[in-house]
Amino acid sequence: MSEVKFTIDGKVVGGQAGQSILKAAEAAGIYIPHLCAYKKLIPHGSCRICSVRVNGRIQAACVQTISDGMVVENEIAEIREFRKAILDMLFVEGNHYCMFCEKSGLCELQALAYRFGIAAPQFPYLNPDRHIDLSHPDVYLDHNRCILCGRCVRVSQVLDNKNVFQFVGRGYRKRLQVNGEALSGTSLTLTDQVTASCPVGALVKKRVGYLVPVGQRPFDLKPIGIECPQETKA
Amino acid sequence: MKKALATVVEDICRRYGSDRSRMMDIVLAVQQRLGCVSTEAMEIIAREVNSHRVEVESVVTFYAFLSVKSQGKVIIRLCNDIVDWMKGYEAVADAMAKELGVTMGETTADGAITLTHTPCIGMSDQAPAALINGVVVPNLTPERGRQVIRDLRRHLDPPQLITMVGDGNNAHPLVRSMVRNNIRRRGPVHFDGFESGCALQKAIEQTPEGVIAIIRASRLRGRGGAGFATGQKWEFARNAPGDKRYVLCNADEGEPGTFKDRVLLTERPDQVFEGMTIAGYALGSDTGIVYLRGEYAYLRAFLEKVLEDRRQRGLLGKGILEKKGFDFDIRIQLGAGAYVCGEETALINSCEGMRGDPQNRPPFPAQKGYRGCPTIVNNVETFSAAARIMQRGAEWFAEMGSERTTGTKLLSICCDCRKPGVYEVPFGITARELLDMAEADNPGAMLIGGPCRQMIGPERFGGQICYDDLATGGAILIFNRARNKLEIAEHYLDFFIEESCGHCTPCRVGLVLLKKAVHKVVSGAGEPADLDYMRRLANVIIQTSRCGLGQAAPNPVLGALQNFHAYTDLVGERKSGLLSTFDLSKAVGDAELRVGRMSQYV
Repeated sequence: MSEVKFTIDGKVVGGQAGQSILKAAEAAGIYIPHLCAYKKLIPHGSCRICSVRVNGRIQAACVQTISDGMVVENEIAEIREFRKAILDMLFVEGNHYCMFCEKSGLCELQALAYRFGIAAPQFPYLNPDRHIDLSHPDVYLDHNRCILCGRCVRVSQVLDNKNVFQFVGRGYRKRLQVNGEALSGTSLTLTDQVTASCPVGALVKKRVGYLVPVGQRPFDLKPIGIECPQETKA
Repeated sequence: MKKALATVVEDICRRYGSDRSRMMDIVLAVQQRLGCVSTEAMEIIAREVNSHRVEVESVVTFYAFLSVKSQGKVIIRLCNDIVDWMKGYEAVADAMAKELGVTMGETTADGAITLTHTPCIGMSDQAPAALINGVVVPNLTPERGRQVIRDLRRHLDPPQLITMVGDGNNAHPLVRSMVRNNIRRRGPVHFDGFESGCALQKAIEQTPEGVIAIIRASRLRGRGGAGFATGQKWEFARNAPGDKRYVLCNADEGEPGTFKDRVLLTERPDQVFEGMTIAGYALGSDTGIVYLRGEYAYLRAFLEKVLEDRRQRGLLGKGILEKKGFDFDIRIQLGAGAYVCGEETALINSCEGMRGDPQNRPPFPAQKGYRGCPTIVNNVETFSAAARIMQRGAEWFAEMGSERTTGTKLLSICCDCRKPGVYEVPFGITARELLDMAEADNPGAMLIGGPCRQMIGPERFGGQICYDDLATGGAILIFNRARNKLEIAEHYLDFFIEESCGHCTPCRVGLVLLKKAVHKVVSGAGEPADLDYMRRLANVIIQTSRCGLGQAAPNPVLGALQNFHAYTDLVGERKSGLLSTFDLSKAVGDAELRVGRMSQYV
């Protein structure tokens, strides 16, 4: 692999050919906000939070590979507005009530909203009618909070060697589906890596939600992206 | 009964070698045979092809022509494209629904007939039209619609609805369709005579590199609309590392208002297949796939016959034209109702038996496409043009057209004009000339390239059809001055919302939000701030969406805002200091009811 030099907001960054902008930035200690990218999984490119301007065009940093002399703009007003808009879209698409969600302080969506200073979404709420699957003894799935990032789909396939989750439907009707009538009918177990992969409060372990009190959780203490070991580091 | 279902589904799976990558064919066959792909059927398929039920469900729920729940024996899919609306869709839908005693989307109580709608089926020159179990019924009127229902109730056999057949190969016994070609202008590239094998013979006298050089010299660019240089694409794929290479033909003509590929496939399939075979030779590929949109399934048997004839004549198969080592064959992959599959990476996914979600790029298909191998995806018309270029030479081709865009273009012209149909014209022709040719009726706007491209007003009718000015994949829609452009834009937004794959946030959610805003303005409740809000939101969607669908979907809205409306047309006057969106009488209505008297201020 050959060494590649490019810039992010004017700072020269080195990386390996074939590496994504996101990975290279991370290795150089530069934070690019992201949601669907996770560990060593193939990037999903779906949330678009990691959108950056690359040689003038908007690209997803998790997908776009680096090349010599590439000019990446990350912390600029235009990109900031795009990211805020996309975060707002994720909020209004589902039903997110941070104040009584047990994932508060651990939720990456919430943490990003704080980082971007979002007090209330700029778009009208869509108030979808979604259900909660409580059938499994150890894990529950609250579709109200699902942001369709596909982490669980990929983790279950790649890291757990199962196929518990998949997307069904398309467009705004697209939703997460489990391989069975309900979660309890799938091969999911508490020790599967997938149970720790959800960035929001959609796939949640039962009975451990309040072991760490609200206010003392990682994102309560340190905002996301500040000395915060990123999930993508594997 | 259960055993019977299992046997049927297993047999279908085995017909396709229980190959996971032939999932599209499997689920389409199950749908056709059983009227749906039930949960039980999905379990069996998953077991047979060594997959998971949820994986099968993921595919089935992606395509509009597949369903998990049982539908009527006969499914009437009435085309609800904007052109059909303008030609009387509502009255036809109403008449058919009343005659059936159901509302849109419902099935009759006896389970016999389902009435539903579908986006553009490629019949905009003979709208309103419907697909009834695959049988095209064009030029519907309320009376004709009622008659169709009465006939169906009697025999429940859609082919019996065919009382007369269209022109050309529409009358071929393997097509037998009521569709008309409406070829209004025949050009030298696609509609001159074509003798099978003539172009291929010339190709194999060259080296594969020589063939690519000729295509490059002709400066042929992709006819699907994006306009990528065809020779260059072929060269990339030829030079990319890989054991196998694939030639894919994009016959998923889904852009609303486009139907020229339908006519080409009806009248010139031989030339199209020959172009693919030439590409196969140039790339060193032995497999071609035609991805045929589900709406054109009525052409399938005919196309299979054309392929079989070519095999018989040594133009497909092993040792083509007795050239040792030149092996190439073509299979047809049927789609199942998904506009986004016209995007090349989505098309590849669909050919591999998966959801038609576009893929992240890079890698590009020329590097890693079908089954991870170097792949070219070209439009039907591009292959047809490539065959003609091999036959008559690059120079002959490059002399036609405009300075920077060579050759001719097939256009599908429709809506407010007297002569809708297919026109082969040289590039460089002006929009105004098209209006004259089609005998447009008081034109106020043109949609060049369909909703994914641009809407222009009269001040741009002098523009030229070419990649540098008015680029189009073939759709030309003419709207008269009386049409409300923002209403048209709203209609297309509904279309894009339905057809979005839902993968990325801005397209999946942003379009729904944009539609809400547009609707508010169209319904007369617009605020000054709404115009800016729409532009801002549209920009986020265009800039950050993953594929061409999201990047293009807001175009009709922006076009309508830029070209056609003075600010005052869009936003209502303020009433007595209140925002026009605020309906005072509605706001106090509930309270009035409770207290039992009317407010004196309303």
